[in-house]
Amino acid sequence: MINIYEVAETNEMIEKENLDVRTITMGISLLDCIDADLKRLNEKIYQKIYESARDLVRTGEQISREYGIPIVNKRISVTPIALVGAAACRTPQDFVGIANTLDKVAHEVGVNFIGGYSALVSKGMTPAEEMLIRSIPQALADTERVCSSVNVGSTRTGINMDAVKLMGEVIRQTAEYTRQQDSLGCAKLVVFCNAPDDNPFMAGAFHGVTEADRIINVGVSGPGVVKTALEKVRGENFEVLCETIKKTAFKVTRVGQLVAREASQRLGVPFGIVDLSLAPTPAIGDSVADILCEMGLEYAGAPGTTAALALLNDQVKKGGVMASSYVGGLSGAFIPVSEDQGMIDAVAAGALTLEKLEAMTCVCSVGLDMIAIPGDTRAATISGIIADEMAIGMVNQKTTAVRIIPVIGKGVGETVEFGGLLGYAPIMSVNDFSCDGFVNRGGRIPAPIHSFKN
Amino acid sequence: MKRAIITVVGKDTVGIIARVCTYLAENKVNILDISQTIVQDYFNMMMIVDIGNMAGQYGDMVDDLEKLGQEIGVSVKCQKEEIFDQMHRI
Repeated sequence: MINIYEVAETNEMIEKENLDVRTITMGISLLDCIDADLKRLNEKIYQKIYESARDLVRTGEQISREYGIPIVNKRISVTPIALVGAAACRTPQDFVGIANTLDKVAHEVGVNFIGGYSALVSKGMTPAEEMLIRSIPQALADTERVCSSVNVGSTRTGINMDAVKLMGEVIRQTAEYTRQQDSLGCAKLVVFCNAPDDNPFMAGAFHGVTEADRIINVGVSGPGVVKTALEKVRGENFEVLCETIKKTAFKVTRVGQLVAREASQRLGVPFGIVDLSLAPTPAIGDSVADILCEMGLEYAGAPGTTAALALLNDQVKKGGVMASSYVGGLSGAFIPVSEDQGMIDAVAAGALTLEKLEAMTCVCSVGLDMIAIPGDTRAATISGIIADEMAIGMVNQKTTAVRIIPVIGKGVGETVEFGGLLGYAPIMSVNDFSCDGFVNRGGRIPAPIHSFKN
Repeated sequence: MKRAIITVVGKDTVGIIARVCTYLAENKVNILDISQTIVQDYFNMMMIVDIGNMAGQYGDMVDDLEKLGQEIGVSVKCQKEEIFDQMHRI
């Protein structure tokens, strides 16, 4: 039987170390809503989402209360809208109409984000996909809760450089359209390489076409728990360090598995995956950078950071895999800048640069995340940054992503405040030597060779 | 058997266990095990209870116990047992 010390440990994690389930995300397929008539399409989308997810928030709160574990977000991901709207949409404005429908239903069912305003164009773009991409700035300016993502590359197809070039322009335009809110629109827009179909985390979540009609995916978190566990083994060797991370990750993931199973059962929706991620928040003590510091770095970004992060990422997976029957999504440590107090401090101290962040993305999940850059950064430079990050994902057979925010009207040294879970960030300097000639070539970068690995 | 774990943490005062137990008895919740310690003047108690035959809703009990804790000035939490089982048992 459970003893008092085990109970105390669990409750300590929840109360003092910010252990929580970061999100329950319901994936909903909209393929059966496809209609050539735009009005009917919007009605069907609204109906399907509303009927599928109306109990999602209430169920999440119920589970949270019964087990005493906070479930921070309840969210929805849908089939990439470029596919769903292809038959009905004739102009980018038609797609914006669908974004408004998504926003409306998100408010109605009470979820704080809905993901899937997306296009998968890793090899080529259909006219509908291009229209959707061109509609993103307006869609994100018009809506509050809609999140958008575009997959522009994969290990099997290479990188669609036409899409990369376009995304540089789209990100700039999104920043312009939302300049009154410090270019907040860009915080809801992710560019991916090897995007997973079952990611529960925003802003990059969408419900892939390989998925079932409806599915429950859960994202766990708990950087604070790992940090506290590591405080107890300060100065010990790597073996002890790794064991401690693994054990902690196991415990954290088991909670996610429990919540996922319960939610799936109560909602009558099959369980998909648990995403084993260390997702930080701006709250003090809920930071991935603090774990790196606890391992012995003065700041995140100091020499040794990439190795420390590689170790952390791998041990989290090793511990988590055994704790859950199905693992998926992004699964790894997130290193967003604005959402992690330790990362913000590292940037402010001058320890962490964009280039170091890029190196870190080679060994952990996601990529250049929530990074504020000067508002006068040119579209081609943004495309160059995207291309670099996509190349890392393509060659290393992993997911990488770019979510950067050119903050219109602000420059290096200034700070931008996004509020809530999105946090705040010092604006980082960008290497602004030109890459126009490279970005403007047009076409694709071919898929890499899968042998002769060195 | 459906079980829940009740934890009480706070400054030690007279009648904490009595109040909690009275509430449980009134709601037909059977106590299976109690353990307690006092760490640096702080009262730390854990109860394993059977909620299989309880009167009323489990969710209401969570709220009632929390309110009761606020009245006495301690923190009272009630959580289903699975969360601890999952975390600490393979």
